[in-house]
Amino acid sequence: MSLDKATVRNIANLARIEVKDEELDHLAGELSNILHFVEQLAEVNTDGVLPMTSVAAMTLPMRKDVITDGGQPEAVLANAPEAEDGFFTVPKVVE
Amino acid sequence: MTNLTNLTMAEARDKLAKGEFTAVELTAAHIKAVEAKRGLNAFITETPDLALAEAKESDLRRQAGKAGSMDGLPIGIKDLFCTKGVQTTAASHILEGFKPQYESTVSGKLKSAGAISLGKLNLDEFAMGSSNQTSYFGAVENPWKKKSDPKAKLVPGGSSGGSAAAVAARMVMAATGTDTGGSIRQPAAFCGITGIKPTYGRCSRWGVVAFASSLDQAGPMARTVRDCAIMLGSMAGFDPKDSTSVDMAVPDFEKSLTGDIRGLKVGIPKEYRPDGLSDEVAKVWDRGIEWLKAAGATPVEISLPHTKYALATYYIIAPAECSSNLARYDGLRFGLRVPGKTLDDMYRKTRAEGFGAEVRRRILIGTYVLSAGYYDAYYAKAQKVRRLIAEDFRKAFESVDVILTPTAPSAAFGQGEGTDDPVTMWLNDVFTIPTSMAGLPGLSLPAGLSSDGLPLGLQLIGRPFDEETVFKVAGVMEAAADFTAKPEGV
Repeated sequence: MSLDKATVRNIANLARIEVKDEELDHLAGELSNILHFVEQLAEVNTDGVLPMTSVAAMTLPMRKDVITDGGQPEAVLANAPEAEDGFFTVPKVVE
Repeated sequence: MTNLTNLTMAEARDKLAKGEFTAVELTAAHIKAVEAKRGLNAFITETPDLALAEAKESDLRRQAGKAGSMDGLPIGIKDLFCTKGVQTTAASHILEGFKPQYESTVSGKLKSAGAISLGKLNLDEFAMGSSNQTSYFGAVENPWKKKSDPKAKLVPGGSSGGSAAAVAARMVMAATGTDTGGSIRQPAAFCGITGIKPTYGRCSRWGVVAFASSLDQAGPMARTVRDCAIMLGSMAGFDPKDSTSVDMAVPDFEKSLTGDIRGLKVGIPKEYRPDGLSDEVAKVWDRGIEWLKAAGATPVEISLPHTKYALATYYIIAPAECSSNLARYDGLRFGLRVPGKTLDDMYRKTRAEGFGAEVRRRILIGTYVLSAGYYDAYYAKAQKVRRLIAEDFRKAFESVDVILTPTAPSAAFGQGEGTDDPVTMWLNDVFTIPTSMAGLPGLSLPAGLSSDGLPLGLQLIGRPFDEETVFKVAGVMEAAADFTAKPEGV
């Protein structure tokens, strides 16, 4: 699969990464090369093979649904680029 | 006094216990080495004052008879482990200045064992790379030099390149690494040290900046097999905060170093001898087989038929998981924020400026292979092939106890080489990725020098949670290899 510029623009938008128009050609080439490389998997017969989602045959452990932590707003906000009155601040999202 | 920075951890541990020197003296000697070798760019953040304060406490603990298993031993922490109050960057601009409010389980366990951190070690950005050239904080230089061109700067491998360079240059006695597709083993091979990626689930991933969660695993990097065994014992163990960490007793790994491998069967996979494998690497591998034979083990040819698809499988699964994990870097709660007119605009600008080229590329590939209409063709297909790769190993381990392969297809290469084409760069991990896909333990140890004077590594692969056999065989190979070469100036 070779990707065109429009597809790359769409992927970048889905990934929320700004890509300048002049970068699109180069990026489309690079990503297409990678896709050509991974497409060799098509030749492997995987009929009847279940997808492997975990390397260890384990069931996820259950724990009690209780509060074990909290009450630390200063620690939570310590690395915020911008915070006010105990909240993270963001650009206005409702017009 | 003995040269404190050339001791192994096992030696230093015994000498500290005998009172031959103090943790403060040992730490101060290593802080000096860190300063002297700053040109390698192995550290992103140095913490000498914290280290000396911890060393004082260590000496007090020892006086009180309460010394832990790694008490007073100076180590480095890959800058992918969150460390409370100490900047943690993942070598990315997007996390520059981030000071975690908590300690990762693994670095916390090392602290509890008494180990002293000298700071945070450089790596490829978000652990994505095989040469430590994608770090926002600059490339790391390998302390080893080519005989034919001693001025050329070589890469230390990656992604744990700062860890490997610092251990090889005697700046730290050992370091933590993480391994997703070879990130402990390949840099260990390039820098002439030993490192093990334990079985997936052996060490907690809690507090380790995530790259590809079904593959990421922490492990030790040190100068001897015994030192890796000591350190893994302090890192491993069940953690309720990581649902994929396994609730299983941690053995005393050091006890597995019996030196007796008589009767063990060692698998030699025929698919690991591809056309174009360097002659020198093939020779070192053959020599390794001879050492094991001489020690009473039996080499057995095995077949891992899906090996050649491992790289392609990895480069679907790892980017897919990375695109999902790295969605959290949105400029809201921590890290870099680049202002935008709207929320989406802020996300896009922050992520464009915060991520480097390789990370962006992998996020985009991952986003594509997970997107509607392509999921089955790429991601689900890769997960099926992954099962076939894991099955290859399962079948092989029905007839052998351990597998021996080269770690990397070549010795360390020069900075700036091979950066034009990402796929060529990825070939570095061709021997390490299959093990990662199957979640198995893999150890790399130095086995000899190339004709140009650079270290070459061999890899031992074990059954799930059988690090003990891997250590046992590695101990025998280490004795046979007698690798005493050192980089210049240490």
